[in-house]
Amino acid sequence: MRSVVLTKGVPDFSDGAVSFDEDGHLERGKTPTVMNPNDAFALEAALQTRVRHGGHVSGMSMGPPGYAQVLEEAMEAVYTDDSYLLSDRELAASDTWATAITLSAGIETYQEEIGDVDLLFAGFKTADGETGQTGPQTAWALDWPIVTHVIALDIDPDERLLRAKRLVEGDVDEIETVEAPLPCMVVTDPEFEPTYRKASHRLTHKRLREETQNRAAAHDRHLTTWDHEDLNLDPDYIGLDGSPTIVSSVDPIPKAPSEREATMVDPGDSEGMNELLGEFQPYAAATNGADGPNAAEGGD
Amino acid sequence: MTDSNETDREHYEAVVVGCGPGGAAAAVRLADHGIETLVLERGTDAGSKNVSGGLIYAEDSAPYTIDDLFDGFREEASERPVTDYYIHNMAGNKVKSYDLTDLHEDDTDWCDAVLRRPMDSWLAERVHEKTSETGGGVLTNVRVNGLLRERGRIVGVTCDELDPIEADIVVAADGVNSELAREAGLMDWEDPNEWFQGVKAVVEMEPDVIDDRFDIDEDEGVAHLFSGDLFEDVRGGGFLYTNEDSLSIGTVFHLDSLVEEQAEPHELLDALLTHPLLARWLGDEYDEREYSAKLVPDSKKVAHREPYRDRLVLVGDAAGQMQAQGPIIKGMNHAVTAGALAADAFAVTRGNADPAAAGRRYTQMLEDSGTMDKLRPRRYDLARTVGERDRVTDAVERVLDSRVGSLAIGNPIADRLLQRAYNSPFLVSMLPDTRTGYVTLPSIIGEEHGRTLHWESSVEPPSLDERIGDLTYNTDIGNPHIEVRDTSFEASGAAVYACPVSAEDFGGGCYRSEEVKRNGTAATVVSLDTQPCVECGTCAVVADTEWEHPRGGKGVEFREG
Repeated sequence: MRSVVLTKGVPDFSDGAVSFDEDGHLERGKTPTVMNPNDAFALEAALQTRVRHGGHVSGMSMGPPGYAQVLEEAMEAVYTDDSYLLSDRELAASDTWATAITLSAGIETYQEEIGDVDLLFAGFKTADGETGQTGPQTAWALDWPIVTHVIALDIDPDERLLRAKRLVEGDVDEIETVEAPLPCMVVTDPEFEPTYRKASHRLTHKRLREETQNRAAAHDRHLTTWDHEDLNLDPDYIGLDGSPTIVSSVDPIPKAPSEREATMVDPGDSEGMNELLGEFQPYAAATNGADGPNAAEGGD
Repeated sequence: MTDSNETDREHYEAVVVGCGPGGAAAAVRLADHGIETLVLERGTDAGSKNVSGGLIYAEDSAPYTIDDLFDGFREEASERPVTDYYIHNMAGNKVKSYDLTDLHEDDTDWCDAVLRRPMDSWLAERVHEKTSETGGGVLTNVRVNGLLRERGRIVGVTCDELDPIEADIVVAADGVNSELAREAGLMDWEDPNEWFQGVKAVVEMEPDVIDDRFDIDEDEGVAHLFSGDLFEDVRGGGFLYTNEDSLSIGTVFHLDSLVEEQAEPHELLDALLTHPLLARWLGDEYDEREYSAKLVPDSKKVAHREPYRDRLVLVGDAAGQMQAQGPIIKGMNHAVTAGALAADAFAVTRGNADPAAAGRRYTQMLEDSGTMDKLRPRRYDLARTVGERDRVTDAVERVLDSRVGSLAIGNPIADRLLQRAYNSPFLVSMLPDTRTGYVTLPSIIGEEHGRTLHWESSVEPPSLDERIGDLTYNTDIGNPHIEVRDTSFEASGAAVYACPVSAEDFGGGCYRSEEVKRNGTAATVVSLDTQPCVECGTCAVVADTEWEHPRGGKGVEFREG
């Protein structure tokens, strides 16, 4: 079983790490890069597959040379065997479309040079773009089936089938079980939890961890970098030139006023409470999906 | 989604439950015999659930010692050797000390102080290395919760975290509160009289300060025992051992006595910590690293003479193999011997069609090696019938308490005889468990022969609240591992004071008592919050509970142990 996990570096949005300028713009240079948090679930799914069925797991990322660090993190965390970084100035400023084209070219190059891929894993949305488009577009470009919102999975190696449980409409209460032929792309949901109910699986897991410690310490030796020529990609189809999306402007989220006035209302004061409810009413109507603040006016 | 081939049960030749010294010894011996061995440990790391006083002995007469099985044990896993051993008989501020080194050195090749977290986790690494070669290994965070049976016969184990596993031999080294031993009907939690409870503080101290205050070299260590009236009438005593850069100071009491006297274990520990005798060792800076507690089986009464059933064998605390040789407690060494013997017994009976062949051979080996006679001397069974009978005790107490008795013990010849008696392994193994040995005699010795201490202690031990606050817990929220079956004060009230992390009028502990009104009448009931639990098992004995260990990796995590 051979799996590739797609992962991406994102700004570390955690408190203390992230840095904004006076206008509320992210200061990219001052904010460290970390692995996209949702990718951890994809990596765990790949590891579980490898523990149960054996095989090989590779990490793959597209981005600046610094993203090698994210691939190293993946090796430390879930014991990937090797890393592939698609990195080239020509790839800068790619939108989701151009990224998907590049990643699919990465997988095709991998299949030519390394070996046939059975499973391609990706996390659910990145913490910076939040589009959720790159995964499905990559599967489309490869012409592979894709199963999203996966919370549990197993492989039938003989039938070459993936069996997965997935959330329907992101609702935890509604779960469907699907099958898909390999090769196949799997997008894990943040609800994904690996399970290891066999002692032999846990022993394998432990052995992989021990073996990985030395490997991750010498990550450079297990890293392959491919540029657009290696990937056989025309610069017109990638990077800024290959991106059909145009970002016209970015509006910073207005900062909350630092001092707000508070009016104390005693719950026993019915007149004051009525006034307060009157203030709330337009917002209540808007979140109910009604036609806007005015629709609430006739209400009681 | 569950693993494929659910119907295929996993099978290992040997499953060892628990990776303390007993489990570790069993596992490496099994691996030596080329037996495929899986070790399941419920702690997040071996040792994270384990507490000892603790001294580990290597006896000359033992068939196996820990350094036989683990090369480099003393250099890498233990603390200081015990080169001096004293007992202090206390009466108020008067103390008479005897040198117990003779008793300590009897049948002793060496003896080191240990802290269980570093020790057991060191052992587990070696065990994993060796058992991996057999196709097995050590898994942490896995709690074995029961025995797998087929047609009524034990054929393996069930776990919280794993599917059932079959084995040709199951070694239960799962400690004093062994759920496997209880499920097999081999041990129980019924009688407080069969148990001791130990509580301990690990106290921070720089190595050179230890050398200086105890007047020892860096490769030397001391053990001090304390008995007498500082614990009022509670039967038991205290200890102090030197580690590399800390002290282990604790108290061990008969559980029935704690219950009778309604004593608070943490207060008894504080009585020792703040005694003027310890003031010169502890100095002005008192920094407690960890508070812990443990139930200790009294092997004289509970060591199982046939610790097996079908394919299950018990080793160490799980089988009650904890020897109280008068004031000296030996547990880990016997667990090591028992674990190794159980492994050998399985190796020689491998392939035998009778599932209980290994257990029977193990029992025989415990007898033949003399281990069982150390643990449960038959002569004690004889001495006990007279010694512990109340009327005899009362009579002896009255004589000792009288002027005549005090005079007799108080004369200079008696002083020499007493020191010799304390150092006689034969005599101390027969000391009946009455207050005579623990309180009356030491107090009279202290009073009659003792020197008065002119020291003031400035030690202020942390409160119980602070001690609980300093412990590390991975709480299994919404999944308490202990339930009180009968909440009436009569049935379960003893836990409020006997539990080492509970106290009367303290709301932050496990057990508390509450006044409730039911149908107009007031009653006192006991309520339980398992969050601060240190998993000692005291309440399983003194209260009416449904007691289990927390799931793998959950509950308290000791850093020192």
